[in-house]
Amino acid sequence: MSQRVDVSKTWKLYIGGRFVRSESGQSLPVKHKRHGTTVHLCKASRKDLRDAVEAATGARKTWGTASGYLRGQILYRMAEMLECRRAEMAEALAATGSATPKKRLEEVDASIDRLVGFAGWADKIEQILGGQNAVPGPYYNITVPEPTGVVGILSPDKPVLLASVSMLAAPLCVGNTTILLAPESNPLPTALLAEIVATSDVPSGAVNILTGSRDELIGHMADHRAINAISAVNLSDDMLQQLRERSAASIKRVRHERLSQPAWSKHEERCSPWCVEPFLEMKTMWHPSAC
Amino acid sequence: MTDAMSSKSVDIQSARAQESAWDYAPAPESTPVVIEDRYDLFINGQFQSPRSRRWFKTISPSTGEPLARIATANEADVDDAVSAARDALPGWSRLSGQERAKYLFRIARRIQERARELSVLETMDGGKPIKESRDIDIPLAARHFFYHAGWADKLRWAFAGADARPVGVCGQIIPWNFPLLMAAWKIAPALACGNTCVLKPAETTSLTALRLAEIFQEAGLPPGVVNIVTGAGKTGQHLAANQGIDKLAFTGSTDVGRAIAKVASVGDRNLTLELGGKSPHIIFADAALDQAIEGVVAGIWFNQGHVCCAGSRLFVEESIKDEVIRRLEHRMQSLRVGDPLDKNTDIGAINNPDQLEKIQAYVETGQSEGGRLHEMSDQSLPKKGYWHRPCFLTGIQPSHVIAREEIFGPVLAVMTFRTPEEAIKRANNTPYGLAAGVWTNKGARIFEMAKRLEAGVIWCNTYNQFDAASPFGGIKESGFGREGGRHGLRAYVRL
Repeated sequence: MSQRVDVSKTWKLYIGGRFVRSESGQSLPVKHKRHGTTVHLCKASRKDLRDAVEAATGARKTWGTASGYLRGQILYRMAEMLECRRAEMAEALAATGSATPKKRLEEVDASIDRLVGFAGWADKIEQILGGQNAVPGPYYNITVPEPTGVVGILSPDKPVLLASVSMLAAPLCVGNTTILLAPESNPLPTALLAEIVATSDVPSGAVNILTGSRDELIGHMADHRAINAISAVNLSDDMLQQLRERSAASIKRVRHERLSQPAWSKHEERCSPWCVEPFLEMKTMWHPSAC
Repeated sequence: MTDAMSSKSVDIQSARAQESAWDYAPAPESTPVVIEDRYDLFINGQFQSPRSRRWFKTISPSTGEPLARIATANEADVDDAVSAARDALPGWSRLSGQERAKYLFRIARRIQERARELSVLETMDGGKPIKESRDIDIPLAARHFFYHAGWADKLRWAFAGADARPVGVCGQIIPWNFPLLMAAWKIAPALACGNTCVLKPAETTSLTALRLAEIFQEAGLPPGVVNIVTGAGKTGQHLAANQGIDKLAFTGSTDVGRAIAKVASVGDRNLTLELGGKSPHIIFADAALDQAIEGVVAGIWFNQGHVCCAGSRLFVEESIKDEVIRRLEHRMQSLRVGDPLDKNTDIGAINNPDQLEKIQAYVETGQSEGGRLHEMSDQSLPKKGYWHRPCFLTGIQPSHVIAREEIFGPVLAVMTFRTPEEAIKRANNTPYGLAAGVWTNKGARIFEMAKRLEAGVIWCNTYNQFDAASPFGGIKESGFGREGGRHGLRAYVRL
């Protein structure tokens, strides 16, 4: 009797709503701790990044002008999809991580809950961060937040899923489009996240997920004029300086935080309006009041 | 600002007919202002000679005559100022908000009390018309201190659920177009939030900032809470590169902003940038045309066009193009260019000779690219000083240099559009995103335009309105961060 042979997955980049191979033809080998096998993920090139930027730019109109209600429902659906694939995601966390099975499931659960949290912000942030301003004179003066545009995200490897989800959902829930570069040392869970996104009615291009070398891509991210903001945590001083220096040419917003691993579990803090605010631009409107 | 510009609704035809009998008599503002021969640096609550041992001349752009000598701060001087701010930080940030507020209220009152003196000084040093410094710059500077004073003990309520702490020592670099007002925009929120400051005014307009330092002394502001270092770009570079700074705020051109952001990339410092613009000003055929024309005048000729948010690209719906150009031409001829201390002057002196040269070069380029120049032609310009006639160019294409680059002068590029969609596309076709203006009487259209125009400030059926409670700042390459309102406090707190 012959034994059935597994059909193993080909890992791809997620760009413009499609799963594509890297044009570089290069891969990022990741050793699967539990299976002892080596998985080859795509090593995204500069060209892949540019394709992702093009897709993200194209999606700005659809996603940026979608109602908060709709965006909220789509983020909630991402939570639903992740819940369905809870075990699979925990398995992906086991590939390179060292956490206990219980801890892995806890991280998946926290990530699901984080998505639900950010889903709720999608139609409320205007009321918290916007407002009417009391100017002297016969004018209406109101300030409303608007999405910054295309946000590049450099997520850390610990806690890989919770951090990726938090850093993705914050700009996404308020209408930014995103390009998430998975951490090189632990890219599998983020790559799997693309499959959650792909089944959640997220418009093509609103979320793009790349695997590849951060050293190689960070400069290109900083240089690209159509990326409007970059979100990163715990970069080395040198890398942060390089990012800021090269972002200066396009007046890019650089959001960088130093966070310990336990900090990501504090839901209220990591899902606060101040996690979303760095990816919003305040627009102030004046109009005279007269008969 | 519309009010300031519209005060003179003279029928120009009849005025011309009776020119000899009815010309304006000079109405100079009296100048009860003492200007010292020499100004030193304001560090740790005292005026002190610069370690550089160097001073430079500041001139009046309307006469070309020197007004005073101003200290040049070198690297060591900047270090001293930053150290003084650092030393003052614990005391100032731990002072209760209620007490900090009282200092700011005092400063606001002192500015109001010395308003005449400050207005005259601002006009002499910078060249702007006295009616603008008197009615806008100085009252608004006082308003900024008064508004922000009230925030100092309410920071707990300003940021939902977050604990607002001061950022630390703030380096602040400001331009020459609104010298005292920009100083107030920068200093008032910083102090309200418990930070200490080192301010660098522009080298051509240091006098009112130094007068503000005197006001700080009068108000009993603790030494070192605000320090003022004067000098040219080099001094600004020293300040931007100084590792004792926790936060850097810059207002000026996008090119210098890029350079500042590069210098500031070393170390972990907060940065806000308020940069250049090429703001679109859109008039639909259904707009109230009289008001719209006044809006265009305020948009481009206010402060000689030395305004980062100047409405320098005019888009007119094609069906009313001829009418708008006719009215604009007529209104432009009624503007009075000349002695900025004269209360009837609309357009003062260009701030400095380099800027004048730059503006002239742009106007030449505009014509060589096929633009037709319309300029104020009735009056002769003063013999001494730096002057440029208010003007606009028609026959401009969006690809022309003067439709793309910031001129920072009284030069307007006029273009047309056919549909709202085309207006939005053309208006947004720029790396800048500071401000935009829209004129239409259709309510739904106002909101749609305001939503889709890519800019930080949208003036609907008005232009160039400013207030301390209203957040101001750009998107895209016009910078990031806001100044004014609750949103303006954000740059000066850690959450």
